[in-house]
Amino acid sequence: MSAAFLDSTELTLNMGPQHPSTHGVLRVILKLDGERVISTECVIGYLHRGVEKIGESRTYAMFAPYVDRMDYISAVSNGLGYCLGVEKLLSVEATPRAQVVRVILTELNRIANHLIWLGTHALDIGAITPLFYTMREREEVLKIFEKYCGARLTTHAFRIGGLQYQLYEGFEKDIAAFCGTFPSRLDEYESLLTGNRIWVDRLKGVGILTAKDCMELGVTGPLLRAAGVAWDVRKALPYSGYEQYDFEIPTCATGDTLDRYTVRMQEMRQSVRIIQQALGRIPDGPIIAKVPKVIKPPSGEVYVSVEAPKGELGYFIVSDGTLNPYRVHVRPPSFLNLQSLERMAKGALVADVVAIIGTIDIVLGEVDR
Amino acid sequence: MIRRILRRLLLADLFEGLWVTFRNQHPRNIYTEQYPLEKPQVAERYRGAPRLNIHPESGETLCISCNLCAIVCPENLIVVGWERDARNRKQLTTFTYDLSRCMFCGLCEDACPVDALELTQDFELASYTREGAIWDRQMLEEGPRPTEYTQ
Repeated sequence: MSAAFLDSTELTLNMGPQHPSTHGVLRVILKLDGERVISTECVIGYLHRGVEKIGESRTYAMFAPYVDRMDYISAVSNGLGYCLGVEKLLSVEATPRAQVVRVILTELNRIANHLIWLGTHALDIGAITPLFYTMREREEVLKIFEKYCGARLTTHAFRIGGLQYQLYEGFEKDIAAFCGTFPSRLDEYESLLTGNRIWVDRLKGVGILTAKDCMELGVTGPLLRAAGVAWDVRKALPYSGYEQYDFEIPTCATGDTLDRYTVRMQEMRQSVRIIQQALGRIPDGPIIAKVPKVIKPPSGEVYVSVEAPKGELGYFIVSDGTLNPYRVHVRPPSFLNLQSLERMAKGALVADVVAIIGTIDIVLGEVDR
Repeated sequence: MIRRILRRLLLADLFEGLWVTFRNQHPRNIYTEQYPLEKPQVAERYRGAPRLNIHPESGETLCISCNLCAIVCPENLIVVGWERDARNRKQLTTFTYDLSRCMFCGLCEDACPVDALELTQDFELASYTREGAIWDRQMLEEGPRPTEYTQ
């Protein structure tokens, strides 16, 4: 009698696009051997809006609000990258006052991004409580954005050459108050998660990505730093005056999911440090540099990258000397970091795939653009 | 070492976490907004429903029909209509603003040289029809008309 009925057959499982823990409309086709993952295949494009193509039919100033809609969790960083790119093309530099305010807002945005990552990642793993607390703190950051520029999520806070809005009354007080209370809130999250045995057991050794893997795949941001490479665009290629601030690049050794959690928690503390330093040194002066009303950069091409909360965010802008950019290419951190899913998920359990997707910290608006 | 084993045995980490959740139950720590019952106060600079300002006394529009908002709008959703009067000056006739395409970037507001077009703090913009999202000059000046229902 043959035992053919005992042979295990490969099982194909569709995870998403309507799966709550894929953080959007990501579809992952899992090939399973029992509970183990043999291979994964990402299907992306459900949220494709053709942002890069839209850029070709808009003027430089008009396109700025669209970049906010790629990584809508950290819209301020997106806007900063784009504005820096066009400024480099125009050979102008933002005024000193604008630069400091830009640093403050992008670091606040980094905190907001990591907070929503922490809440949703913990929710995926099964810890519901941190989500409520992180959302509460994120709300304070969003209130500051709302008071400063009138929008909470898709802020459009920066303009080419500097800022559009003057600081509102009490801007520094609000941020100082947030920076005062936030580290103790971080301690609260840490007492909920860092020491928690379930949390540690669930994350330790899951989804290991070595430094070599990261470099092969072009993975940047907290994933790379968790693997032990101290690469941060803010330190390596300083922009917006980041070289004046004293902060550290948190790194870890093994590059598993727990390390990435540790790195991001440390990054939030470093962001608070940067904001506190920047608050004391907002210079007076104009908020926007002398930029022509009609922006018509000379023909040429430029690549500018900034350290977005998710990794290196690059803008490659080609100008042909007309009013519209000839080409705007975005190097989105989420898209490149997502490619590491295949390597991390191989041999993992299905439940760990959820943790791995969560730890990459993707936003599908940015993956698909 | 003994301390660590004791902490593990007595589930100290779990109780520390529980203490955080317990502490946050204090009524002072409630952050929920009772939205439909209590309308939240949005910031002064909030970019919400557009408004075409009129002179508070004479009731005449402040708009000078310069068409800059229509030029600067990334979505091309503003249509300004004007005609020349006897002295060959522009007089605003129509002003259409398609809210269904608006992304509230605020570029039109920035471009307006006379502060006629403004994005206000009103954020309740739902309407029952697609046409309801296209605001004409009267709606922009007076605010949205209340919906009338028939049986």
